[in-house]
Amino acid sequence: MAVQAGGTAANFRYARDVILRPFSAFPERLASMFRFILRRLLQMVLAFFGTTLIVYALMFAGQGDPIQALAGERPVTAAQRAYLTQKYHLDQTGVGGFFYRYLDYVKNLLQGDLGQSLTGRQIGDILQQAWPVTVRLALIALAVAIIFGVTAGVIAGIRRASIFDNSTLVLTLLVLGIPTIVLAPIAQYFLGVKWQLFPPTAGAQPSFYALLLPGIVLGSLSLATALRLTRTSVAENLRADYVRTARSKGLVKRRIVSVHVLRNSLIPVVTFLGVELGNLMSGAIITEGVFNIPGVGFNLFRGIRTEDGPLVVGIVSVLVVVYLVSNLVVDVLYAVLDPRIRYE
Amino acid sequence: MTQSAVRPTPASPTPPGGHLLEVRDLHVEFRTTEGVARVINGVTYHLDAGETLAVLGESGSGKSVTAQAIMGILDTPPAHVRSGQILYQGRDLLTHSEEQRRQVRGKEIAMIFQDALSALNPVFPVGWQIGETLRQREGMSRADARRRAVELMDLVKIPAAAKRLGDYPHQFSGGMRQRVMIAMALALDPKVLIADEPTTALDVTVQAQIMDLLADLRRDLNMAMILITHDLGVVAGVADRIAVMYAGRIVEHADVRSLYRAPAHPYTKGLLESIPRLDVRGQALSTIKGLPPNLMRIPSGCPFHPRCPYVQQVCVDVVPHDLVLGDGRTSACHFAQEVRDDSAR
Repeated sequence: MAVQAGGTAANFRYARDVILRPFSAFPERLASMFRFILRRLLQMVLAFFGTTLIVYALMFAGQGDPIQALAGERPVTAAQRAYLTQKYHLDQTGVGGFFYRYLDYVKNLLQGDLGQSLTGRQIGDILQQAWPVTVRLALIALAVAIIFGVTAGVIAGIRRASIFDNSTLVLTLLVLGIPTIVLAPIAQYFLGVKWQLFPPTAGAQPSFYALLLPGIVLGSLSLATALRLTRTSVAENLRADYVRTARSKGLVKRRIVSVHVLRNSLIPVVTFLGVELGNLMSGAIITEGVFNIPGVGFNLFRGIRTEDGPLVVGIVSVLVVVYLVSNLVVDVLYAVLDPRIRYE
Repeated sequence: MTQSAVRPTPASPTPPGGHLLEVRDLHVEFRTTEGVARVINGVTYHLDAGETLAVLGESGSGKSVTAQAIMGILDTPPAHVRSGQILYQGRDLLTHSEEQRRQVRGKEIAMIFQDALSALNPVFPVGWQIGETLRQREGMSRADARRRAVELMDLVKIPAAAKRLGDYPHQFSGGMRQRVMIAMALALDPKVLIADEPTTALDVTVQAQIMDLLADLRRDLNMAMILITHDLGVVAGVADRIAVMYAGRIVEHADVRSLYRAPAHPYTKGLLESIPRLDVRGQALSTIKGLPPNLMRIPSGCPFHPRCPYVQQVCVDVVPHDLVLGDGRTSACHFAQEVRDDSAR
């Protein structure tokens, strides 16, 4: 990776040889996992600054007069303008000025200050309220995908070409074919409004029950993909040579499937679900919009719609971190599950 | 069912006059969407306690399928045992329930496979995999199974067995992996070991080591062994008898010495002639012309007739029966006598 070039490579060697030396008593695999995580964390720092820089640049590139945007429709007095110009370093123009402002932003960010949105609220406060909602929604969606998707996938994989297998194929294709923007309002109308099984919208402080329907809708896509993936993986592993070996050892079928086949089949599934959790966390814009859930995606959408630059950049910065961390967790998990994978 | 763990296992009680293992007129077909492939067409062979039978034949001749039918691990569907008997200690395994057959697997008849890398589960340590058989089948405790796994790994001469218990299959060399396979197969003291091309995936020097190990273990543990191979060189030093398969039939059956000296089937003769020889220079290597038959359309009469240098009209019309040639030799060829006399010359 480009990250390893030049002085950084020397830093890596330093980290490897000096910082990690005390850990050499660890078993080899654990030590290599440690080195892997450390290296990835260093890479993440660069990736984080890279992405925030791009988002920051894009968000403010199209803006005409940021002070007027901040003030909205109200007139801005000369004194106010002078104060804000100085505060936000707007007197610095060109590329140099941009980096000046970006560095300001990063400096505040590192102190835990995400800044203010154009509505005057602290972005940190907005996220503090939005995060728990989104996390709960994402976990519900993931649970739906695991409980129904993986279970049905295992059954479909074992009973290939059965009625169950074929009907899940049709259903998953249906779910994968319908975009959320269509599925969510349909579910909301029938299950929420017409039959009134679930609350149609979530409201400001959504309960678990209120998040259930949006969670199912959000999770249905992951469910369908997880089901297909599990089914294929199980079917493939059932034909593997080691299954024949397990049978020739005289093991009962139940054990062959639940230990030998499942342990191998779930490697790609767990990896997929890990990445998926990162995706779900990074805001379900459509689902949160339709069900009026005040989560991260909802706020992000509002930020984009109202051209609230600081809010968008603030949310995206946090999402980048969430995404990077979840990817790292997946990579580590993958190598933990599959001993053939080496930490590199 | 409980048997003392004393080894080596005493010779098994075979009914008088019977064989330890006997396959009688076995027919297996594969029913696929493209049609029915008749893979095994009346295979008959037997195995006595303590002997080694080599089953020889090219890919697709049905040697592995026969072995998997004995083990009861054919994938059904598509495979389907149409008729025949597989007698183990006088009892027909094909009439057994799945549960009874499972009890036989590993404990009475064990099997090792060609490619140990794919035959071992990639995500479990080898010690765990060897011990699993003991824990599941014998109800052994985790610690006991572990101890026994080390013993078994020592038995198959894996260096530093205790240290390698926790290693995964991919961390072993090809030869060592095959030793792990063998250790696993030996876990329950089987009376019959079926080795399905155990050395095909290995390089030549390692092949010899594994064959020597198998021969030693067979002798020390007083097992009977079915050695499936397409390599005539592998067979010579190890086997007592050879059964040559072609298109799902046994075409020739003889003790090793007389088969090598004077093959009585044109196919066997062709096989032996196509071995490169160090003492004959400047001659093109002899081959068997043509290709093995499509098992969905097996030729009429003798299935080998399109490739046979001895072919006559009778070969196209009439399926040859096993001709008994004395010394327990048989050959499924109308001209067995002539072929043998030709070869002996």
